[in-house]
Amino acid sequence: MAKTIHGIAASPGIAIAKAFRLNRQEFNIEQKQITSIDQEINRFQDALQNTKQELVEIKQKAFTELGADKAEIFSAHLLVLSDPELVNSVIHKIKEENLNAEYALNEVAKLFISIFENMDNSYMRERAADIRDVTKRVLAQLVGVSTFNLSFISEEVIIIAEDLTPSDTAGLNRRYVKGFTTEFGGRTSHSAIMARSMEIPAVVGTKDVIASIKTGDLVIVDGIDGTVIVNPSAEVVVLYEEKKAAFATQKTEMVKLKDKKTISLDGHQVELAANIGTPNDVISVLENGGEGIGLFRTEFLYMGRTQLPSEEEQFEAYQTILERMENKPVVVRTIDIGGDKELPYLNLPDEMNPFLGFRAIRLCLEMQDMFRTQLRALLRASVYGNLKIMFPMIATLDEFRQAKAILKEEQEKLIANGVAVASNIEVGIMVEIPATAVIADLFAKEVDFFSIGTNDLIQYTMASDRMNERVAYLYQPYHPAILRLINMVIKAAHNQGKWVGMCGEMAGDKWAIPILLGLGLDEFSMSPTSILSARNQITKLSREKIKSHLPTILNLETSEEVKKYVTEKFPIDSDNLII
Amino acid sequence: MKEKTFKITAETGIHARPATQLVTKASQFESDITLVFKGKSVNLKSIIGVMSLGIGQGAEIAIICEGSDANAALIAIEEVIKGGLGE
Repeated sequence: MAKTIHGIAASPGIAIAKAFRLNRQEFNIEQKQITSIDQEINRFQDALQNTKQELVEIKQKAFTELGADKAEIFSAHLLVLSDPELVNSVIHKIKEENLNAEYALNEVAKLFISIFENMDNSYMRERAADIRDVTKRVLAQLVGVSTFNLSFISEEVIIIAEDLTPSDTAGLNRRYVKGFTTEFGGRTSHSAIMARSMEIPAVVGTKDVIASIKTGDLVIVDGIDGTVIVNPSAEVVVLYEEKKAAFATQKTEMVKLKDKKTISLDGHQVELAANIGTPNDVISVLENGGEGIGLFRTEFLYMGRTQLPSEEEQFEAYQTILERMENKPVVVRTIDIGGDKELPYLNLPDEMNPFLGFRAIRLCLEMQDMFRTQLRALLRASVYGNLKIMFPMIATLDEFRQAKAILKEEQEKLIANGVAVASNIEVGIMVEIPATAVIADLFAKEVDFFSIGTNDLIQYTMASDRMNERVAYLYQPYHPAILRLINMVIKAAHNQGKWVGMCGEMAGDKWAIPILLGLGLDEFSMSPTSILSARNQITKLSREKIKSHLPTILNLETSEEVKKYVTEKFPIDSDNLII
Repeated sequence: MKEKTFKITAETGIHARPATQLVTKASQFESDITLVFKGKSVNLKSIIGVMSLGIGQGAEIAIICEGSDANAALIAIEEVIKGGLGE
């Protein structure tokens, strides 16, 4: 009987192969009194030695296949095996309490794991998993359960597991392991990230997958839609073989677009940029052919810590991004904190309506020390690339003028102190408050650019909290009011010779793209993985043709009508598998 | 006995990678090497010990080397710290 299981699409692609169920035996660690202490210590030392051997091999493989960066994890794992605190504590327990090695090790490991699990820093808490990963290998040696070494698989399989550790994933042999699915994990878990870099299709978070699949069952892993099909019929297999081939073709097509400009059928050029949250994201922007960064959310610098980041720390992050982007435009949004994005160390009081409250630029103009520190770090970094600064949540001209005056003051101070600052930094605003969209013509005289933040613009315009399921249906990107506001903003900017970007989810939406292209949006900023398919779509659209439809589109009455009209008139690429 | 104090300036503090480097270096010496942070001492040859302190940016730490090659050990560890971790 065929069965379909839904999970989270963690790494795109289709895999069809026999299942290989990875049984992670929860081995029984029995407490025993031993008779020969020396013999027990030797057994422990041998197990450590054998585990080291295993890890050295995995590290080597990770190094050649995944790079020095990912191999580094295993250097730390190896050190755990020779850690005197760990080794001596176990030997001590064996000697003093006549305990068997596996029990002694398990006790010591539990103690260390709990120390890390109780630390208040999330990075450190995750290290508990590293200790667990390593000690499990040693325990398996001691108990005599062979931890199945995944690199020994020698026929084409799909791995079915409860969870995969980084060492499991790095050890996968790409020739034989066609895909995997795990009960745990999300898109950002270690194994999902590794699967994407190894280009192995994967679906994670498939809750009852283990119970539903036996080793040898035929399985399809669809890492595009996030489904796993067990024992499919011959017809279904044929369908997926086709989808697999289509995916491969599209991927080759997309890669060709990577270094291309984004030009419509009739020669109109736009810029496709990316939204990012950390300097590391730049890698994926470049891999996906991003022409710039349309939104760098600086909040990550401030979150998950106990005090404000220093100017130096911020400077390094900005410098890294600007250098990695090699003179491509980088729009940095100054800190958008407060409201729902809390920083415990600022001790801000709770609010009834955080989205309408003391946040972003409102907070920055009040807490100027914090704001000025960020601006100085940005100004100092400006000489390393093509920096543009953007203020969030601007509602009045006065707010923009104040923020810009502060920026200018800091710039002058730095220059007076002999610090180099780029002379051509553009300063713009996010358009996410309806009031600002309505008077965009007044703003356009003073700003260098606009970036329309549709996520907030839609929820403020529709007065609908998108996190509230009961009113989420009102979150309508194609609502005529939203389209008209966007139209107003773009017209106002172009009248003053300024450019307009968009950094909300709408910019990468395949139904919105034709309309936005027609309205004259200059920069589309989206998640890095959406860039190539957006470029693919735009190269098939004619802006002039869309423009002739605009009067009709802007006069349609509902969101549904707009979507239907766009679907009928323009190529939407609904067969696109990459996204 | 040789002792020296340092200030950690790296933004991530002593996380996995620098801890790996420090412990690897310390393990090359005979001497007992201790790291002291906020009154707690750990064996610098123990990765678990070093990581468990959760040493962040701005921390003041002391390194104490005791044994036949204490001098050389302290110089080598100082090199690792100054190579990007702190001053």
